[in-house]
Amino acid sequence: MGLLSPADQDKLRDAFAEMTSAVKIVFFTQTLGCDTCLQTRQIIDELPVLSDKITIDEVNLVLDVDRATQYGVDRVPALAIVGVDAQGVERDSRIRFVGTPAGYEFISLVQAVLLVGGREPAISAENRQKLAAVREPITIQVYTTPT
Amino acid sequence: MAFVSPQITALAVEATEYPDLARKYRVTGVPKSIVNDKVEILGALPEDMFVEQALSAIDN
Repeated sequence: MGLLSPADQDKLRDAFAEMTSAVKIVFFTQTLGCDTCLQTRQIIDELPVLSDKITIDEVNLVLDVDRATQYGVDRVPALAIVGVDAQGVERDSRIRFVGTPAGYEFISLVQAVLLVGGREPAISAENRQKLAAVREPITIQVYTTPT
Repeated sequence: MAFVSPQITALAVEATEYPDLARKYRVTGVPKSIVNDKVEILGALPEDMFVEQALSAIDN
């Protein structure tokens, strides 16, 4: 059973094989009042099978307030993509997915994992400089739908 | 953008699951990006334009 076709699994496996860093998907959930949490868990469960660099860390939003605050999460389901270096030091990418990562968002999730896993960011050098010079917090929310 | 800047956080929000947020930000078409609750960017823009508009949220 799996949501991905064998052909897609192969493609993803190949893409993930190029990652140089481990990636942890921190999955925020809660026991009651989250209709889409199970669906989200099923979707993200597809990923660790395809790479030993990908792990899932499930956090209960209600019980683990500290971690929810640490990652700035207040709704479920939510994912935080975290890089883990060879020494086990974690680096939050500050990329979040709120709601089920279905449809095109699944592709975005895969791209986020690959990015945090070591792929070169697609942003131009000039824009990278501008962004690195930012001194105030910026929160960008991108609203999408599954289709 | 979030990955390359320690000050930037990016959230991809699935609008149909959070109708309260979709209403709050008047999301009628996607993608729609909201930067610091003040700048709205409709659609998928070329990188330079998106970066410029996003940064305008912190211009003084």
